[in-house]
Amino acid sequence: MAFEGLADRLQSTIQKIRGKGKVSEADVKEMMREVRLALLEADVNFKVVKDFVKKVSERAVGQEVLKSLTPGQQIIKIVNEELTALMGGEQSKIAVASRPPTVIMMVGLQGAGKTTTTGKLANLLRKKYNRKPLLVAADIYRPAAIKQLETLGKQLNMPVFSLGDQVSPVEIAKQAIAKAKEEHHDYVLIDTAGRLHVDEALMNELKDIKELVKPDEIFLVVDAMTGQDAVNVAQSFNDTLGLTGVVLTKLDGDTRGGAALSIRAVTQTPIKFVGLGEKMDALEPFHPERMASRILGMGDVLTLIEKAQASVDEEKAKELEQKMRTATFTLDDFLEQLGQVRKLGPLDELLKMLPGANKIKGINNIQIEEKQIAHVEAIIRSMTKEEKLHPEILNSSRKRRIAKGSGRTVPEVNRLLKQFEDMKRMMKQMTGMQQKIKKKGGFKFPFNPF
Amino acid sequence: MSFFKKLKEKITKSTDSVTEKFKEGLTKTRDSFSGKVNDLIARYRKVDEDFFEELEEILIQADVGFETVMELIDELKMEVKRRNIQDPEEMQSVISEKLVNIYNSAGEQSSALNIQPDGLTVILFVGVNGVGKTTTIGKLAYRFKTEGKKVLLAAGDTFRAGAIEQLEVWGERVGVETIKHGEGSDPAAVMYDAIQAAKSRKADILLCDTAGRLQNKVNLMKELEKVKRVIEREIPGAPHEVLLVLDATTGQNALIQAKTFKEATNVSGIVLSKLDGTAKGGIVLAIRNELEIPVKFVGLGEKMDDLQEFDAEKYVYGLFAEQVEKAEE
Repeated sequence: MAFEGLADRLQSTIQKIRGKGKVSEADVKEMMREVRLALLEADVNFKVVKDFVKKVSERAVGQEVLKSLTPGQQIIKIVNEELTALMGGEQSKIAVASRPPTVIMMVGLQGAGKTTTTGKLANLLRKKYNRKPLLVAADIYRPAAIKQLETLGKQLNMPVFSLGDQVSPVEIAKQAIAKAKEEHHDYVLIDTAGRLHVDEALMNELKDIKELVKPDEIFLVVDAMTGQDAVNVAQSFNDTLGLTGVVLTKLDGDTRGGAALSIRAVTQTPIKFVGLGEKMDALEPFHPERMASRILGMGDVLTLIEKAQASVDEEKAKELEQKMRTATFTLDDFLEQLGQVRKLGPLDELLKMLPGANKIKGINNIQIEEKQIAHVEAIIRSMTKEEKLHPEILNSSRKRRIAKGSGRTVPEVNRLLKQFEDMKRMMKQMTGMQQKIKKKGGFKFPFNPF
Repeated sequence: MSFFKKLKEKITKSTDSVTEKFKEGLTKTRDSFSGKVNDLIARYRKVDEDFFEELEEILIQADVGFETVMELIDELKMEVKRRNIQDPEEMQSVISEKLVNIYNSAGEQSSALNIQPDGLTVILFVGVNGVGKTTTIGKLAYRFKTEGKKVLLAAGDTFRAGAIEQLEVWGERVGVETIKHGEGSDPAAVMYDAIQAAKSRKADILLCDTAGRLQNKVNLMKELEKVKRVIEREIPGAPHEVLLVLDATTGQNALIQAKTFKEATNVSGIVLSKLDGTAKGGIVLAIRNELEIPVKFVGLGEKMDDLQEFDAEKYVYGLFAEQVEKAEE
């Protein structure tokens, strides 16, 4: 997960100051030195770090903070606020043209991930906003770039407009818009070739495309691992084209992702989306305030809940809940539930969204083996219908058969059965408890265990 | 400025065209980096704490990395004391001397590739997504081809859409054959086939492409280990080189990339790509300083012949070209 290193450093610094009843100016200075180092090591641009440290220091040594009852907490609040402001305050939305199609231009350096992001963005527009995008292959320079977009189009079952690599990108863009109007596409995503921000000829080409198609959005695609140079790149592209947004890619790596902070601060261009994986659905809207709280180790429960809402089938959830209450929860239902959890994404990523999870030692080393879940599934699927409904009939010969059928061992089958029984018992107790509480005075169970 | 003179002499002995490439490719880098150093030197009357603090900022902005910068600054301070330097003018040569030193002191390995005098040489390319692995292979294939070697390419990136086609286009451009399977097939199997093909066609060089992967994806790193194992099994002693391709614009994460890929595949050298932008590639120094992996090539442009052997002295020459020319006068 990105930002981890930065989060670790900031948190250990904050830890020192959190509980303090009295904070002196020297304490603040000491803390800010650490913060400066943490940000620099995270590739946040030098000038941005300077400004940030200055701003926080000024606010933190103010009388009302140092004399307040909880100065430590106050300072954390200031850091959190400034961090959120640095990342762009509130979340920004994607433009909608008053007269369709809405045209989006994707620009950036070579290898930033423009083509992949174009595919992901089209997928997101269709899935989340119910749009009908047209992909335009305007990278005529890199070998097989057109083919790459066409392949993505095929995977997504989406049309890709291309005129081969012998027609100028400007002409391609022009014809693509005409085609989009004709076929009633409401979004046009133009994938341009990667180029260096100092390559005048190619930067002028982008300008020509911009003047011709008058895009509603120009997104700069930036690799989250970019170092100090990120600012120069973003500044040049912004000066030439006037960017409307930034997409940060490869954020699923272990980069500290300082580029995210710098770009926004220097160009005043909001980060609109972040790429979090190689699959076509791994693009998410960027939430500055959530990212700030993630960096400070306050967790990101909001994203977790949204993820759950997006992927869990509500009908099925209700049905499951009913079954839990009445204790008619079977191995089949267990299988169903596992599937639902898996849809949320890699488990180790989910874990890290929980508040305080960052502080658990070694959490970064936890690699939840997706395979183990697959093994459990295999075991349950090797049972007969009867066995799944009444696991108590499982004798040793049946267990041996199941183990063989699923390619696992008998002890593994036993372990699974025990876990399932424990779970069932726990559910019974909980539903019992909830009912008792309701009878007594009607206050709600403080948390939902599932 | 005796150091610059020495440097100049050394460099004029080597081919001029290569030095020109370095100078050309590093123009942007130089403009910002040495421009800043020059500006710094012009503004200060004497070498003091403030001077060092500003120098520290310049180096950090070049992505050199905090720890290496601190080390460098400490050494510079010692040197200033030892030689009793007061005039900032004198600092120019001291700074570049130290930069070259940091690179060279880490080890004596040259940038030359481990090419087998007879028989097949296998070179495996690894790296994160979008650093320029396929392009580097194309350029290197061209280089070997012009040396009269028989080259074969293995399309081991079976994951990314269009990756196989991209390598094939390079193969056609250069005029060498590409061994491939379909998209989504097992990269280890591609390597196996490519090695068999290379053996039966008596190729000199086999360049193996792999899919880009972020170093924290455990499964993908394991896949890479498997690819390497298959190569090892088929040809004892192979792969003869494992080259990690790094994007020069990458910041401190490059160090983690180098560390993790080294653990998984025992990286023997680095190719620093995209050095023709404004990125300073300072992370090279940090990697060399902490991991002792030598940089073997740098990518300085998009043309087929824009791949050059790395030479620390030429690299610094590229950064400080104006001063070197002045020293000559």
